[in-house]
Amino acid sequence: MSALRTALKKTGIMVACHINKIAFVSVLLLLMFPLVNQSAYTLRIATVAMMYIMIALSLNLLTGFCGLMSIGHAAFWGIGAYTAAILAKNLGWGMGTCLIASALVSGFFGMMLGLPVLKLKGYYLTIVTLGFCEIIRMVELNWMSLTRGPLGINNIPYPNLFGIVLKSRVEIYYIMLGLMVLTGLVVHSIVHSRIGKAIVAIREDDLAASAMGINVTLYKIMVFIISATIMGVAGGFYAHYIRYIEPSIFNTGTSMNMLIMAIFGGLGSIPGTIIGATILTVLPETIRFLAEYRNLIYGFLIIVLMLIKPSGVLGDVNMEYIKKRYYASKAGDKG
Amino acid sequence: MLFEQILNGLAIGSVYSLVAIGYTMVFGVLKLVNFANGSVYLLGAYFTLMTYFALGRNFWLCFILGVIGCGIVGFCLDQFGLKRLRATNAPRLAGLITTMGMAMIIDNFILLFFGSETKPYPNMINFGRIRIGNSSISSNQIVILGVALALMLLLSLLTYTTKIGKAMQCTAQNINATKLMGINTNLIISMTFILSSALAAVAGVLVGMYYQTIDITSGFSVGMKTMASAVLGGVGILPGAMVGGLLIGLFETLGATYVSSGYSNAIAFAILILVILFKPEGLFGKKTINKV
Repeated sequence: MSALRTALKKTGIMVACHINKIAFVSVLLLLMFPLVNQSAYTLRIATVAMMYIMIALSLNLLTGFCGLMSIGHAAFWGIGAYTAAILAKNLGWGMGTCLIASALVSGFFGMMLGLPVLKLKGYYLTIVTLGFCEIIRMVELNWMSLTRGPLGINNIPYPNLFGIVLKSRVEIYYIMLGLMVLTGLVVHSIVHSRIGKAIVAIREDDLAASAMGINVTLYKIMVFIISATIMGVAGGFYAHYIRYIEPSIFNTGTSMNMLIMAIFGGLGSIPGTIIGATILTVLPETIRFLAEYRNLIYGFLIIVLMLIKPSGVLGDVNMEYIKKRYYASKAGDKG
Repeated sequence: MLFEQILNGLAIGSVYSLVAIGYTMVFGVLKLVNFANGSVYLLGAYFTLMTYFALGRNFWLCFILGVIGCGIVGFCLDQFGLKRLRATNAPRLAGLITTMGMAMIIDNFILLFFGSETKPYPNMINFGRIRIGNSSISSNQIVILGVALALMLLLSLLTYTTKIGKAMQCTAQNINATKLMGINTNLIISMTFILSSALAAVAGVLVGMYYQTIDITSGFSVGMKTMASAVLGGVGILPGAMVGGLLIGLFETLGATYVSSGYSNAIAFAILILVILFKPEGLFGKKTINKV
């Protein structure tokens, strides 16, 4: 047992010291993945998993690093999806412009919601986002002339990038990979910048943070808008990928599933989020043979894993700390 | 017309209040939103229906069995999940995810056991309609309102006059100090879960009888609306949850009649958001001062 523990600790130190290289190699492997495996099923799961990684990263930025919990983020996802779908279908816009429009519209809604609400503290944001999600869904359901209500929007055009129509699943896979890496870089650089330090300070103690001269409300709104924007891009991609959207997908239940992904992987940990979202996308697929018992088992597994590791897969692992301590101890050995 | 709609809204609202009390009580003692409460509400209705068909049409016996069954489910929820998390001082979000997982299990259990189709529900409280002036009200509404109000009164008496109720209030204020006073807080928390689940089950059966149908999707939306009711009145405050539930029921019914039926849920939530913006601590909440 102790041998296992030391081995685990050594691997942990290895991983922590080389996390950037590991990330780089993983991206390279993902780039090569379609060359090895072209089965529609695997590529589909991989694409969806990467989309959920993007979503979970956006939620983790909000919940994990800033301590704001939203159970209505599917609304932003839906806003992005509907924006992209309507623009692509009715106006024939290309994918690039559609995604930018999705990001802008979602971000705008995020700002409109965040400006009044983020002055409040605690669970109020949670409840307001819950209401917001329901309201947006009702609008999607009832605004027949724009969203076609419960019929949904079907036959959304294939992604069209600079005039080239992308029909194959491999090309879509690469677009998603690009978006995911971009999101990862954005979230990583935010977290490691001044903003990141400020929002972590707000999460730990907002009163102390404001005493240190951090404009708490401004940073909260900023993070909320960034998070909504990322969700919008993911939604725009989703509309182009699935090519059929309807309001019932973008409900509170979906938001909760997204939040479960972020919390499951570990709040405040980017590698954890990636692992968590991957596990929770792949897991329901691997237990598909259980047929109708699948969701029952899924719920059961989530509870069991929470009982075993309540802070999520990598929630209590501070890679920076492990790395610094390792180098410090090495320097100590030499000196 | 208006009078009938108001009564209709109050009847539905009083049922929301019963479920909202469950949210508010659990939030009070654990500072945790129990997402499984909406599922327990649905389970109560289905469980009663099942025993009704299995045990030969004695509805009231089945009703009691259903409520007891849900109380046991609530007990298990705490015993096999949240209690262990408390023992290890786990972060609060872990508890939240656990209740979401429980909700998932209960919902899918109902789906597997009873199927997804809408089921007819026996109506035991229909004694005809009563005419007052030129409007008529059904006995359903009066019975539902009566039962709900009686239960709320009972619960208020329990919380504010008995020793157990005092222990519950103490746990809500400061769990560690309560332990030091020799109160078994785990027992109190278990009891809170049992009470909230039993109330949710009663609400489920009442709504089932009122609409005379139940379907699997109603649990989630009622769960969301009742959670909103609890916040509207002020989380952790018993009378707040009661009034919040009644108000949400009223808004929803009146909104559906006079504004747009498609947007009835949206109206209820929009009002909730407005209330939170202007009075974040809820209608009955007291403003807390930030101390350093």
